[in-house]
Amino acid sequence: MVRSAKLKRHVPIVSSLLPLLYASTVHAQVPQSVFAPAGPVARTQGGLLSLTLYVAIGIFIVVGSILFYTIIRFRAKPGDPIPKQIHGNTTLEVIWTVIPIIILTVIAVPTVRHGFSLASPPTDDVLEVRAIGHQWWWEFEYPELGIVTANELRVPVGQVIYLTLESKDVIHSFWVPRLAGKMDVVPNRVNAMWFVAEEAGIFYGQCAEFCGTSHANMRLRVVAQPADEFNAWVAGRQSVEAIVPANDLVARGKELFESTGTCFACHTVDGTTAAGKVGPDLSDFGGRTTLAAGMLPNTPENLAAWLRDPQAIKPGALMPRLNLSEADIEALTAFLHSLM
Amino acid sequence: MATHHEVLQASRAGVFLPRPVSTTGFWSWVTTVDHKRIGIMYFFTSILFFLVGGIEALIIRTQLFAPDLKIVSADTFNQLFTMHGTTMVFLAVMPLSAAFFNYLLPLMLGARDVAFPRLNAFSYWMYLFGGIFINTGWFVNAAPAVGWFGYANLTSTTYTPGLATDYWTLGLQILGIGTLVSGFNFIVTILNMRAPGMSLMKMPVFLWTTLVTSFLIIFSFPSVTVGLILVTFDRLFNTNFFEVAANGDVVLWQHLFWIFGHPEVYILILPAMGIVSEILPTFARKPLFGYSVMVLSTMLIGFLGFGVWSHHMFTVGLGPVVNSIFSLATMAIAIPTGVKIFNWVSTLWGGSIRFKTPLIFALGFIFQFMIGGLSGVMHSSAPSNAQQQDTYFVVAHFHYVLIGGALFALFAGIYYWFPKVTGRLMNEKLGVINFILMFIGFNVTFFPMHFLGLMGMPRRIYTYDAALGLQFWNQVSTVGAFILAAGVTVFLVNFVISLARGEKAAADPWDARTLEWMTSNPPPVYNFAVTPVVSARDEFWARKYEGVAAKESAAALEEAKKHGIHIPGNSYFPIIMAAGITVFCYGLLYSGALAIAGLAVTILSFFGWAFEGVGGTIIYPEGDAR
Repeated sequence: MVRSAKLKRHVPIVSSLLPLLYASTVHAQVPQSVFAPAGPVARTQGGLLSLTLYVAIGIFIVVGSILFYTIIRFRAKPGDPIPKQIHGNTTLEVIWTVIPIIILTVIAVPTVRHGFSLASPPTDDVLEVRAIGHQWWWEFEYPELGIVTANELRVPVGQVIYLTLESKDVIHSFWVPRLAGKMDVVPNRVNAMWFVAEEAGIFYGQCAEFCGTSHANMRLRVVAQPADEFNAWVAGRQSVEAIVPANDLVARGKELFESTGTCFACHTVDGTTAAGKVGPDLSDFGGRTTLAAGMLPNTPENLAAWLRDPQAIKPGALMPRLNLSEADIEALTAFLHSLM
Repeated sequence: MATHHEVLQASRAGVFLPRPVSTTGFWSWVTTVDHKRIGIMYFFTSILFFLVGGIEALIIRTQLFAPDLKIVSADTFNQLFTMHGTTMVFLAVMPLSAAFFNYLLPLMLGARDVAFPRLNAFSYWMYLFGGIFINTGWFVNAAPAVGWFGYANLTSTTYTPGLATDYWTLGLQILGIGTLVSGFNFIVTILNMRAPGMSLMKMPVFLWTTLVTSFLIIFSFPSVTVGLILVTFDRLFNTNFFEVAANGDVVLWQHLFWIFGHPEVYILILPAMGIVSEILPTFARKPLFGYSVMVLSTMLIGFLGFGVWSHHMFTVGLGPVVNSIFSLATMAIAIPTGVKIFNWVSTLWGGSIRFKTPLIFALGFIFQFMIGGLSGVMHSSAPSNAQQQDTYFVVAHFHYVLIGGALFALFAGIYYWFPKVTGRLMNEKLGVINFILMFIGFNVTFFPMHFLGLMGMPRRIYTYDAALGLQFWNQVSTVGAFILAAGVTVFLVNFVISLARGEKAAADPWDARTLEWMTSNPPPVYNFAVTPVVSARDEFWARKYEGVAAKESAAALEEAKKHGIHIPGNSYFPIIMAAGITVFCYGLLYSGALAIAGLAVTILSFFGWAFEGVGGTIIYPEGDAR
């Protein structure tokens, strides 16, 4: 394909990320907040959280005040006689057993109700995604669409996403607080969860079950786009044609990727001969907002730093130091950023 | 002042080694079976490990002061939080509780010692050696890094090769044996060795919490013991219990661990609740409100505590039926717990409250435990738990109940019983400063963690993304940690100064209610020349203020002085057997020959212990001994 046509194809995808980035700055201060739900699952869970929080605060104020009053009112004064040696009061015991039971019932009923309703996702118009946890990155496969990507899960706004969760190694946990509570990712087990992103935006998440050295660095993004933009991305990913490098630098990068750079041994890029399955699929790497599983903004500087020494950024990462020359790094960077 | 003279038991039968007879000097401590000495050893060892765990925490908090700091590496951080949790749970709080059990149980019961004195000593040595074993990892670059609850299959040799995880599994087994054995010892002591007239419903509540804690121990520890054996076999002998490639079920580990792990948290808090239940009545000058209900609540908490373990697993994907059942069971446990709080407040209501340091720490306990309990109720709802699990919201919760609750109560107990053990009072002014610094430091450290969790900060992360907005509260929390450390330092200073030149204390400095305050400071080695005869709850108070007469006969006292009191004999075998077991575990890691040697020493000391004969010392109370 001619260079300008290729660029034109990618402009809508790139420019659609800008409003997303803007939308996400509304919640930019605390992007993983539990109290800024952007979907029905997080909203339902957040509602229960608020209910229990208000109950807890209410009880704390009442009992705390009584305690405070008691220690002031009944402090010893000189010459105090020995107080009446009261041993108990059955009526009081009954009252302060029954009242907590009533309060707990108020919490228990919605707990059970929502527990069951959240476990049964809507069945209309569902997009299925397989999330596979690896040490320390996320693989996402869209089985119905034949697409594999990593670390940034693109979804259409307003659609039910049915996420099945598997692990390639140890236990992880998939958590994007603004969309839904977490669900563990357990080897030899397939868990499932669902969410809907009600607004366009970039939603931050990270692994929430200790999984080894770089557990702290196993982060992710859910990128929710309007349906037409999502479909355009899908179409772009599905049309797998041999990549024609836009310039010599990109061509050199592609050549390294497929041969002496050894990248092909672990990574897949559609449209090249690289079909490695050990590390993340990089076919749309250029379109991602972050690299190294949500760790750093996806800039040329950060990518070069990663290629120079992955371990310095993500301790324990399975990607070895490749001892690439600076020229090779520049070429690979250009190549990877050309992948949309 | 009571005095006595001793006659050493003629029989020194012994097997392999004679029974040691000296009652003074270093070796008399190494071979002691005296519950008071064992209690003192538990105390100092647990404070030492508490400081180790505290330093680990300070390093953690320093690393988290700002995003992307490099104070420690990722691997070191993971070791630090693993060891901090393991140390605080198994090497600090539990043994500090054990110090109180050991020292006070026989005294409060009116007994001379526990049912099995050598087993008691053995428990202590297993604790000390287990603590050393687990911490050996630091010195050989193999400190455990799997978290204090070591989830499979991170504990597989595939993902944590080397010795670190084995130091964790085997170390916990050593500690577990010592604890289990204590559980049995205390149950038998309480059920069989109460003073005449002390029915179960006349026991101090602290003994009830000890009894229920001991039952929790003997029923829960086997579960984690089994789980640890399965992990050990996977790692050392290539079995496949949790090996994913062979279809192992890693969730099974979680069940086995938490069936232990949940009762474990009640093991951690019930002794503290018992201590508070003794202190409040003394300083309010009123009996504990609702004694029967408090006893029933303690038993209910113990019983229900076995039915809630899966609330640690709400996000494992067990389904809505399981999650609902455990949500409801967890809410149910809130009821006896809340009832206890109301009864404590009612104990204070209508009293004449003296604000001495033990009471102030006990009040801190009530206030902070209430907060921790309420965040626990918030966790109990499974759907919203999915936003709390494995975040700093949970870290806030358990530190509120463990530090704000258990630790503050244990400190209250230290200030309260210090005069009984040492004959001196701890300094009141320093005590108040200690409390204020710890109270402020603790709350500034841990209250913000509620926010951090709900702002999206997971647990067990060595750093965090600067874009998440987590920095401010992390900085506040770190500052709080150092204030808390300052408070602990003031405590240590107070302890040392008071030990050296604290104000001398009368035998009953607080005008208290229970039998231990009837003895001298410290009690004589035989505790009571004549076993007290009890007819009331709070027997000592009843004798002082309610006209209840002392019922021990003068003839019994003369008997004791004439024929003497038999004190259990020291023995080498508790420490030798503990050493044998520990050497066996080192051998499993390093050398088959060492393992066999350790096993041989263990078996031989088994026989030595069994056949070494009665031993003992006869002590003749003199003068005004009682």
